[in-house]
Amino acid sequence: MKLLDRLLHRAPSDKDIAAQRLRLVLAHDRANISPGMLEILKDEIIAVISRHLEIDPAKVEVNFTESDRETRLVADIPLRTGRRESGRKSS
Amino acid sequence: MAGKIITISSGKGGVGKTTTTANLALGLAMLGERVVCIDADIGLRNLDLMLGLENRIVYDIVQVVEGRCRFQQALVRDKRFPELHLLPAAQTRDKKAVSEEDMKRVARQAAEMADYVLIDSPAGIEHGFRCAAAPADLVLIVTNPEVTAVRDADRVVGLLEAEGWATAQLIINRVKPELVRRNEMLDPDAIVNLLAIDLVGIVPEDPQILAAGTRGQPVVMTDRSPASQAFRDIARRLRGEEVPFMPLKEPSLFQRLFSSRS
Repeated sequence: MKLLDRLLHRAPSDKDIAAQRLRLVLAHDRANISPGMLEILKDEIIAVISRHLEIDPAKVEVNFTESDRETRLVADIPLRTGRRESGRKSS
Repeated sequence: MAGKIITISSGKGGVGKTTTTANLALGLAMLGERVVCIDADIGLRNLDLMLGLENRIVYDIVQVVEGRCRFQQALVRDKRFPELHLLPAAQTRDKKAVSEEDMKRVARQAAEMADYVLIDSPAGIEHGFRCAAAPADLVLIVTNPEVTAVRDADRVVGLLEAEGWATAQLIINRVKPELVRRNEMLDPDAIVNLLAIDLVGIVPEDPQILAAGTRGQPVVMTDRSPASQAFRDIARRLRGEEVPFMPLKEPSLFQRLFSSRS
């Protein structure tokens, strides 16, 4: 069954799983921040940005990228579209 | 000119540091280099057993550091290769008996009489590792194709960078070509990619390693197996030779039958 899944590309290989898990854990290790802390950081970023811009919290992504041994924190924060004319939020 | 000081480290235990040290020491000695091995694993001495020199130890590194014997007196000469020497670890002393400064001094002294000084680091990233890594011109990080070993290797690379110590190069040990082919094991490319350091060797899993340890005769000198070839290649690369990486070969049916019997 495992083999069939693999042949049909239904399941990632053990090699892919290992590489994927390592990529994530190494990023956290190198930046010295736990996955839980990253979630807290993300919530705080959302709170700060939301004070000035309208964003969809559910679509915010905060992740690490790696090139060589340099780690970057990358936040992808899509703005709510179609509201440019409505001006500042009146809350 | 003083010899090059190379520390063999890993973070995680049991990945083959001591086996690698023993094989590279002999591999370099077989190429005519003068080699001094220093066992920095104070309290858990093992390099002597791997090299088959355990019965000839008189003094150890702690006694050298404490001035109770001279450096030269503590060196155990390998009868097979008279240019190969071992400075044994103390077996019954605490790690703290040797400081970073002590180890630097001893390593420099060894480098005066050798082309290569190989320091076998203890596992972990604490005092023992720091002592072993501080004097190095180059740190060889041994890892296995397993998530835990790769993660720990990355910690060691990070610590070396943070301290501004020697650059690290990678040896991937216990690679199983069959599992790599089936995508069931991290392949060397993926590991190099994750750790982002230079690769100096890939050593395939080899049942002869166990027997070599049992007899105190590292595979590099007694055997023509893939692991033996890999260690000889690494020894040559350490000398600056361009040696192409061997393709990962799976053991033949014959080899598999043979190795399962032994």
